[in-house]
Amino acid sequence: MTISRLTRYALISLMGVGLAFIYIPLTVVVVNSFNVSRTFSWPPKDFTTQWWSKAIENTGVREALKWSFTAGLAAAGLALVLGTCIAFAVSKYSFFGRETISLLVVLPISLPGIVTGIALNNAFTQDLGISTGMFTIIVGHTTFCIVVVYNNVIARLKRIGGSLQEASMDLGANGITTFRLITLPNIAGALFAGAILAFGLSFDEIVVTTFTAGPGIQTLPIWIYNNLFRPNQAPIVNVVAATLILFSLLPIYLSQKLSGDSNTGGRF
Amino acid sequence: MLKSISTWFHNRPRVRLAALLVAPLFWLVVAYLGALASLLVTAFYTINTFTGNVIRTFNLGNFQELFTNPSYRNVVVRTLGIALSVTIICTLLALPMAFFMAKIAKPRTQKVLVALVLTPLWASYLVKIYAWRTMLEPNSGVIDWLLGPIGIHSPGFGFAGIIIGLSYLWLPYMILPIYAGFERLPNSLLDASGDLGAKNLYTLRRVVLPILFPSIVAGSMFTFSLSLGDYITATIIGGKLQMLGNVVYQNYSLNLPFAATMSMVPIAIMGIYLWAVRRTGALTSL
Repeated sequence: MTISRLTRYALISLMGVGLAFIYIPLTVVVVNSFNVSRTFSWPPKDFTTQWWSKAIENTGVREALKWSFTAGLAAAGLALVLGTCIAFAVSKYSFFGRETISLLVVLPISLPGIVTGIALNNAFTQDLGISTGMFTIIVGHTTFCIVVVYNNVIARLKRIGGSLQEASMDLGANGITTFRLITLPNIAGALFAGAILAFGLSFDEIVVTTFTAGPGIQTLPIWIYNNLFRPNQAPIVNVVAATLILFSLLPIYLSQKLSGDSNTGGRF
Repeated sequence: MLKSISTWFHNRPRVRLAALLVAPLFWLVVAYLGALASLLVTAFYTINTFTGNVIRTFNLGNFQELFTNPSYRNVVVRTLGIALSVTIICTLLALPMAFFMAKIAKPRTQKVLVALVLTPLWASYLVKIYAWRTMLEPNSGVIDWLLGPIGIHSPGFGFAGIIIGLSYLWLPYMILPIYAGFERLPNSLLDASGDLGAKNLYTLRRVVLPILFPSIVAGSMFTFSLSLGDYITATIIGGKLQMLGNVVYQNYSLNLPFAATMSMVPIAIMGIYLWAVRRTGALTSL
């Protein structure tokens, strides 16, 4: 199959159009955060950094950041433990229902977020009588974060195989020493990458959070959502949005660098 | 001491397995599946219209309302239409982009392009939709500013806006599996088809698409499922238009059992979709 010059140029321009489609809206948000105008006006007449300093001082944003970090760290930590346990069980043992478990892990992100959210809300408030709050947010986030840790760890476990551990045991190390000195260093990158992906997923989540957060708690996405339609908050929302775009460059860079697996489906 | 614990566990693989699985299975089966099962049961309950409390008696009233009230039928049909359009648009955009990335770009460019396509996955979901609010804003938005001179105007907030916004959100989820599919497709197959006299379009139709079908299906499961349950996009750039998710969201504080019933619709649709896909055999070759 040969590709004519015309086709090649057509494909190059389609790629360009696709990338423009992806990046123009993001660029607009970043540029807009310097827009001098208080209400939305495009193109900007002049630029200023005053909204950035105002946003840093904004107590609502700070408070929301604190909630988001708490939820993200707790959910990532729990998901790290649970996801790693399942990955070890599925890759090292064969048992009845193994296939079902891998399906069960993916279910929370395969079903629409609103289904997970409303199911958890219903279970907490109606069945268990627990009022929604930080605890319920963490439970909700952990549920859909398990899969990213699981995917990363199981990919790594499959790749390193079992021979290193066997060699270590043959040389007289017991199970705990082998885990500490052989297995753990080999999967450390995957663990870290999984934890970062889980944190990112939790940090960005809004739907499940809406249904599991109590009235007093605003994570960052919820704060943005609540302030989106308030005209006098628009410049601050712009700055927060721009910051999130700039920070989104970070986890992808870190996870690519550390995980070393060419997991194209990074997020899942 | 540690050594004896280690030996004890080493000799009992079933105990090790149980220790590994007890916590995660408790979480996923009891907390998650339990919650889903409870939601299913709640869908058959009703509420006291005066107090708003849930009455736990089994009846089919909610489902009757869902199937007979034409406004709910409209919402379901509209949501399906949106999810289908988004899936088609994403596929049409992703195919040439993924082909270019996998088969034409030089290795170094390829790496950069993959990173460029992956990165926006991590930009906040909400921020991306917010970005489209500034793009779509009628008359003063960025689309009108950018494309107005060549006669293209923003469709504004509504049906088309939702489709653009959702396609934007889920496009990377479609590009990645198709790109992976192209990566696995040997160049020799394309050459063989060409050598046997097939024109490029014929090769595309008879060689490339059948091999890529599972990848497209994998991508479509994301684009379709994620669109089905979305309500935030519709709220921000949909104007007055409602999707399934909006109806669930509005009912959840007013009439939880009916919200539960409505949320069975995306689950059922995804179930049917998965079953249909399974019949084509696309899942086994993933």
